[in-house]
Amino acid sequence: MSKLAIEIHNLAVYYGQTPALTNVCLEVAEGDYLGIIGPNGGGKSTLLKAILGLVPVAEGSVRIYGQSPSHSRALIGYVPQFAAMDKNFPITLFEVVLTGRLRKRLTPFFRYSSQDKDITYELLARVGLADLANRQIAELSGGEFQKMLLARALALNPKILLLDEPTANVDAVSRDQIFSLLAELNKDMTIILVTHDLLAISSEVHRLACLNGKLVYHGEPEINEDIVNSLYGCPVDLIAHGVPHRVLREHKEHDQHFGPISYQGNIEHIKHNELQSYSSECGYREEKAE
Amino acid sequence: MIGAILEYQFLQNAVCAGILASIVCGIIGVIIVEKKLVMMSGGIAHTAYGGVGLGYLAGFEPIAGAFLFSVAAAVGIGLINRKGGGHSDVVIALFWSLGMALGILFIALMSGYPPDLSSYLFGSILAVTKADLYLMLCLTLIVILVITSLYNYWKAYLFDEEFAAIIGLKKTFMQYLLLVLVAMTVVVLIRVVGIILVLALLTAPAAITSLITPSLKNRMLYAILFGIIFCMVGLWFSYTLNIASGAAIVILAVICYLFSYIVNTFGKRFKRKSKLQQAGNF
Repeated sequence: MSKLAIEIHNLAVYYGQTPALTNVCLEVAEGDYLGIIGPNGGGKSTLLKAILGLVPVAEGSVRIYGQSPSHSRALIGYVPQFAAMDKNFPITLFEVVLTGRLRKRLTPFFRYSSQDKDITYELLARVGLADLANRQIAELSGGEFQKMLLARALALNPKILLLDEPTANVDAVSRDQIFSLLAELNKDMTIILVTHDLLAISSEVHRLACLNGKLVYHGEPEINEDIVNSLYGCPVDLIAHGVPHRVLREHKEHDQHFGPISYQGNIEHIKHNELQSYSSECGYREEKAE
Repeated sequence: MIGAILEYQFLQNAVCAGILASIVCGIIGVIIVEKKLVMMSGGIAHTAYGGVGLGYLAGFEPIAGAFLFSVAAAVGIGLINRKGGGHSDVVIALFWSLGMALGILFIALMSGYPPDLSSYLFGSILAVTKADLYLMLCLTLIVILVITSLYNYWKAYLFDEEFAAIIGLKKTFMQYLLLVLVAMTVVVLIRVVGIILVLALLTAPAAITSLITPSLKNRMLYAILFGIIFCMVGLWFSYTLNIASGAAIVILAVICYLFSYIVNTFGKRFKRKSKLQQAGNF
């Protein structure tokens, strides 16, 4: 395979005294489509922010095409979690996407060129929002808002695209639009997708990382019960909404009495999980790299 | 009153001061209301009282002391917020009280009591001097220049700090710059409405325009317009009825805000009702 887009080595990030991430090693090849799943508070967003250089790195290193994150921001487009945004700010959809075209260095009396505006219109058309360009963001639906954030990230013309739960609070049609657009973008962009959408994991992404404070699994996007158990600490029956097939095969006989979703953690089970030792070993590399 | 304005220097100064104050409070007011920095601005304003006291004690222009103290407060609040991770409202409250306490201390150390102290606390637009006016003009020009020349950056930063950081904007630089601009604004407003009444003139025009227009630029322009109306009408009340100018301006601004709020709320309810009735007729 081609060169590495992102190299993360022994990364640890702390919020105060609380570790958010420890001992994370991850390599993402150029052109890859990596999905990251994990429980809430498992450090998924933190990992994206570490790649962006927005959180201080306590240990280890993050390299983007061999450079530190602060030197390679121009390469990365970021689609933040939309729940964290100020939705009442007086700004139109068009203006938000246009901010992606801002000159990187503070330039007094900077005005957007007509080329910037053309690019913005093209991007809006690409995500299917062209007719809403002059709408205030307060009047957008969840799906429209999310597609706007995606267009803004693309306005940076990035080589790597990071998305933080782009399909949470999004209607089904927008969700499908977003995924088909991502599949298309993946032809010339490396994509890292944090999601709770396990159906997307099984159908869209090429590789998978499971994160719960540390990297629990990294490899082919096949979720099996062991991974889910070690991630969430309990057997969870994964049923995708509105889709007539299971993401996982049914639980074995002895799990059945817990019901479809069991909250009873099975700690013994995790301890004996081979995957733990599999991932905590840092020398682990993708076998596909040859 | 028009004749009097042409005739008396102090009234001309008052009109100029009112217009300058309206410009800065229109621009900065909209930003602090959107960015929820109103209490921060209150803290910066009240800290300025320490500077006024120091000015009297050390024998320099109190407004210059106010400027130094409010800039120091802006930087101090910003710094502690960033480094300490403490609760920003606690830090603001402490700066707020400390500034006032220092002011009281400095004035107590003086021999005698300064005669025009209350004009810094409650404003006295009719007593604005030429020197005050020049200082206000300088600060207003700086605020206008910084905001308009970097307008697109401000918009990106105010909407989404994180994204602004990703595209390479220095987040801390923008934050401190904004706080220093707030400090300058406060100093401009002190002569017009006074330290204690600053918040109303900063927020009322911005809050009213947020009910009227969704565009950031138009909000600033309308807020300037409202500010000028409040200052001029307040000045007229003050001049003809012989009441304190700062109080007249602030009372007018707050009444106008309440009025527009009520009209807006009931207007919306009325619209909804008539829509429901229309729907019911079908």
